[in-house]
Amino acid sequence: MSFLELRSVSKSFGSSPVLRDVSLSVREGEFVAIVGYSGQGKTTLMSLIAGLIKPDCGSITLEGREVDGPGPDRGLVFQNYSLLPWLTVAENIALAVQAVFPAKSPAERAEHVEKYISMVKLSHARDRLPKQLSGGMRQRVSVARTLAITPRILLLDEPLSALDALTRANLQDEITQIRREDNTTILLITNSVDEALLLADRVIPLTLGPGATLDTPIEVNLPRPRDRKSLNANPEFKRLRAQITDKLLGYSAKNRQSVSRKLVLPDILPEDLDAPRVNRPPRRLSEEKREVVTTV
Amino acid sequence: MKAKLRILLLSCLLAFFGFGLFFVFWLVLNQVAKDLPTPLATWEGARTYILEPFAYRGEQDQGILRLTGHSLLLVAKGYAVALLVGAPIGFCLGLSKTFTRIFDPIVQILRPVSPLAWFPLGMVLFLGTKTQALEYGALFTIAVCAMWPTVLNTAVGVRAIPQDYLNVGRVLRLSRTKMLFRIMVPATLPYMFTGFRLSLGIAWLVIVAVEMLTGKVGIGQFIQDAYMNANYGNIIVGILTIGIVGFVLDRLMSLVESRFKTI
Repeated sequence: MSFLELRSVSKSFGSSPVLRDVSLSVREGEFVAIVGYSGQGKTTLMSLIAGLIKPDCGSITLEGREVDGPGPDRGLVFQNYSLLPWLTVAENIALAVQAVFPAKSPAERAEHVEKYISMVKLSHARDRLPKQLSGGMRQRVSVARTLAITPRILLLDEPLSALDALTRANLQDEITQIRREDNTTILLITNSVDEALLLADRVIPLTLGPGATLDTPIEVNLPRPRDRKSLNANPEFKRLRAQITDKLLGYSAKNRQSVSRKLVLPDILPEDLDAPRVNRPPRRLSEEKREVVTTV
Repeated sequence: MKAKLRILLLSCLLAFFGFGLFFVFWLVLNQVAKDLPTPLATWEGARTYILEPFAYRGEQDQGILRLTGHSLLLVAKGYAVALLVGAPIGFCLGLSKTFTRIFDPIVQILRPVSPLAWFPLGMVLFLGTKTQALEYGALFTIAVCAMWPTVLNTAVGVRAIPQDYLNVGRVLRLSRTKMLFRIMVPATLPYMFTGFRLSLGIAWLVIVAVEMLTGKVGIGQFIQDAYMNANYGNIIVGILTIGIVGFVLDRLMSLVESRFKTI
């Protein structure tokens, strides 16, 4: 039995369909990446699984239980970090810990908070406000906050897309490491094929909207630990990357339409600067019979 | 650093120049309006009030800061009521569309009403309290007039809470009260403080009208008194005092406001 299961889920906003007939099943401990273009319903898909919005039809189940509404069993890492700006790093995480583990004693909670701050290597910044942190640090806080509520599944919604390449690589390594330690089930949404191949066990392309859906999954059988540099020379990696990229490009080719339009240019020519300045009439292409070309 | 100092010096100099122009204008005005006292005559008439700002020589004859103190106390009470009533109303307006549909038209109609119009109603409402009616009527007037900026800014602030913050709360399954006090109130605070600052400005405007109507001792009544007793110079002193105090209050509030800027 699969861990997370989506059966023919559809969602439209108003009259425009966003997702149509999306089916997905994720095994426990699996790392699945969904790749697709921006603005094609990736975030909508995440919000559906997180329970922030309800599907129009179809069902979403986690461990056999129907998803109705958001809850701490699905840890969502938001694309834009969503840290509360009036709370420090430690307070942001403490708020989550306090909400999810009300039975723990204050000392236990504090210890729990510190554990996750140090896990993302932010102990030196625990008392800083989000505005005093860089983008990468903020995202690490966001990841720590989500991990601290010990979710059954980690939902990463383009968590690294707003970061520069170096920070991105660092955080990718941290995600790999966290997964190796806890063996958490992870669903990652990304627009980077390389990132998906580097991290995931299975990559699923998302077709183009309106009414996007998931394509056939592609198994990634690259050996772990995967090294960013040597991976680039790996023939299997190259093949998978070409396969996925081709698929993604194929969607946009299908959607491309050609329209022929008649172009009408304005009927005017540059002014003749040699003519007298006063009452210089506009020169029209339709009226021009002869062109004078002076050669040097 | 040197450039900064020069700019500061220049600003001071220009400000003094402005005050100079103000006095010149005053002197010119003296030539036209014969009853208006000159700056010197004004100073002569008001020096006891200014040089002994906290003196108490009788109910009607007190130092200027003592009078201001009376006014500030009344403003503080009315302002506190305005905030305590206004902020929750603003929250309800911001949270519920139905609430907005029901009450927004009333708010829009009541908002432009002058303090002079509210005061008699306040008196009628509190006639039952006999001797306290004046006090409660005055408080009611200040509170009602000063409430609106707080109400409207709070409502705007609540509507402007980013969905992401609310989603954080929803994912954590926060209780309603926790959602309100841990997420919504802090997210709205910057807007609320803008409202608080504007409300304080209005409360300070209203106090003069209220004191003139009630005859309660204070800076507004000081002006009224000066007019009645033909101490015209004191009118100007009163106006300047109100202006300076208002300015200081506004500065203080914007300091508090910038402290609560979260983003």
